Amino acid sequence: MTAEQIRRRDLDIVAAIIEPGTRVLDLGCGDGTFLRQLHQEKAVDGLGVEIDQDMIACCIENGISVIHGNLDDPLDFAEDGDFDFVILSQTLQQVRYPDRLLREIVRVGRRAIVSVINFGHLPCRWRLLVSGRMPETETIPYHWYDTPNIHLGTVNDFRQLCRKLGITVVREYPVGTRFQLPARLLPNLFAPGCVFELEKRRKEH
Amino acid sequence: MNHTSEPLLTIPRDFRFGENEADALELDCGRKLQDVNLRYECVGELAPDGGNAVLILHALSGDAHVCGRHTPEDRKPGWWDDMVGPGKPIDTNRYFVICSNVLGSCAGSTGPRSINPATGKRYNLDFPVITIRDMVRAQKRLIDHLGISRLLSVVGGSMGGMQALEWAICYPEMVQSAIPIATTAQLSPQSIAFDWVGREAIKYDPNWKNGDYEPDRVPDQGLATARMLAHITYLSDESMSRKFGRELQEHDEYGFDFQRDFAVESYLEHQGRRFVERFDANSYFYITRAMDYFDLAERADGNLARALAPAQADFLVVSFSSDWLFPTAQSRAIVHALLKNRLKVSFCEIESDYGHDAFLLETDTLGPMVSAFLRNQREGRK
Repeated sequence: MTAEQIRRRDLDIVAAIIEPGTRVLDLGCGDGTFLRQLHQEKAVDGLGVEIDQDMIACCIENGISVIHGNLDDPLDFAEDGDFDFVILSQTLQQVRYPDRLLREIVRVGRRAIVSVINFGHLPCRWRLLVSGRMPETETIPYHWYDTPNIHLGTVNDFRQLCRKLGITVVREYPVGTRFQLPARLLPNLFAPGCVFELEKRRKEH
Repeated sequence: MNHTSEPLLTIPRDFRFGENEADALELDCGRKLQDVNLRYECVGELAPDGGNAVLILHALSGDAHVCGRHTPEDRKPGWWDDMVGPGKPIDTNRYFVICSNVLGSCAGSTGPRSINPATGKRYNLDFPVITIRDMVRAQKRLIDHLGISRLLSVVGGSMGGMQALEWAICYPEMVQSAIPIATTAQLSPQSIAFDWVGREAIKYDPNWKNGDYEPDRVPDQGLATARMLAHITYLSDESMSRKFGRELQEHDEYGFDFQRDFAVESYLEHQGRRFVERFDANSYFYITRAMDYFDLAERADGNLARALAPAQADFLVVSFSSDWLFPTAQSRAIVHALLKNRLKVSFCEIESDYGHDAFLLETDTLGPMVSAFLRNQREGRK
């Protein structure tokens, strides 16, 4: 499964989660196609954040509101709970401080939908074990030295980080391969990626 | 180049108002201004539904002549001809474009060089100190006069962007969208400092005479110095290095004196000389002062979001990476305040090494964004 295929599966899952008429922040929104789709299908009030100037021009062309921004910086343009949903698709592993970004996401969003690449996926483990070198798979098609993925982790790593940050995993949607069942049963081993629905843990009374 | 297309010819027009006390323009300083003229130009046609009017707002030294030529023989077109005209990003085949010279200027609109109706003499420094909001109030009279009830967009760079923000706050029901470019919601102390030194240079000119200079003996040295100083702030270190380097202008070797040696010196001297041919020193005082006083947040106890609360427009905010006069952080402050008000906002920092001048030069990047934003505004796709 290529990164692009996973991303499309991801977005289908995300689109199904988003409720109509809500306020949505898409971090790393690219050319704004996805927000456009959400706007048309679910009448969401969307805002994108994008780092690439050409992509921003495409968003404007698509009629999408977009802010030039870097996800290594705090989301200081948004107040606590400003958005109903915050989307981060396949990008967490590329930022400098994934933990800080996660904390920001659950701060500004009442719900967060974060999808991650699973480095614990069996083909990755197998390649590392057999060749003793960093895996280059369909999902992660880079050399270790030129990869934009500077913070790869596993599904279990992500769950553990959420626990540490006081973030509740509301639901998990393992992104399957041809074999859905094993991915659902043991995502850390059999799913190339996983979509997490998250929220900040509420203070106990 | 398309040789068959007719050159775009534009006609400067005048709109006079405030002939009596009741119709006079009320100013922030508390005074009222009578007999006001606004020089303006219009290009394109107003659509039957009136929904295609775009108001362009010029910067410090600009004028109403935004695009095209007054006569086919004109050597140079209007100041934003790359962006505005038939088939250009702000397409005058689609939009009815209006640009007026600001109050206080010297390019046709009422300013310190105009005749004070009370005395029959030039105002000079008797002209009231005006603000950006006063400029916008005067423009509002013009837009009413033209029978336009709602502007599709207000667009401006630098001081023009300040006016665009004022428009969105003062007349929210009239502004569907706004495009403030390379601007700020509050002039920085650094900019105030540059304005001050520029005005001081004029004051030191023996011809200045506290603003009462003779029309044939103007403080041109002082004004040229002010312009040269300001011009440096419109460029960037990169753009100056690229354009001039350390090139010598007239000789191959240093002159070992204090005449012009370097190309950059000749360039600045040329800019200064050209500026005094078209600009009035007193207008320079009034317009820079209007910018100094520009501080939207101050109206709401320092809370910019609250100051922008009346605005209803959709916004496209643009800054340029090498602009150190109105740096990106100042545009971001505007964007954050607009988002706090839950307005529709897009923002891009365009990569450029042209400095503040980029808003006049980066047509290849700025153009498509502005054009797409306007088209979506017009077609209701937002």
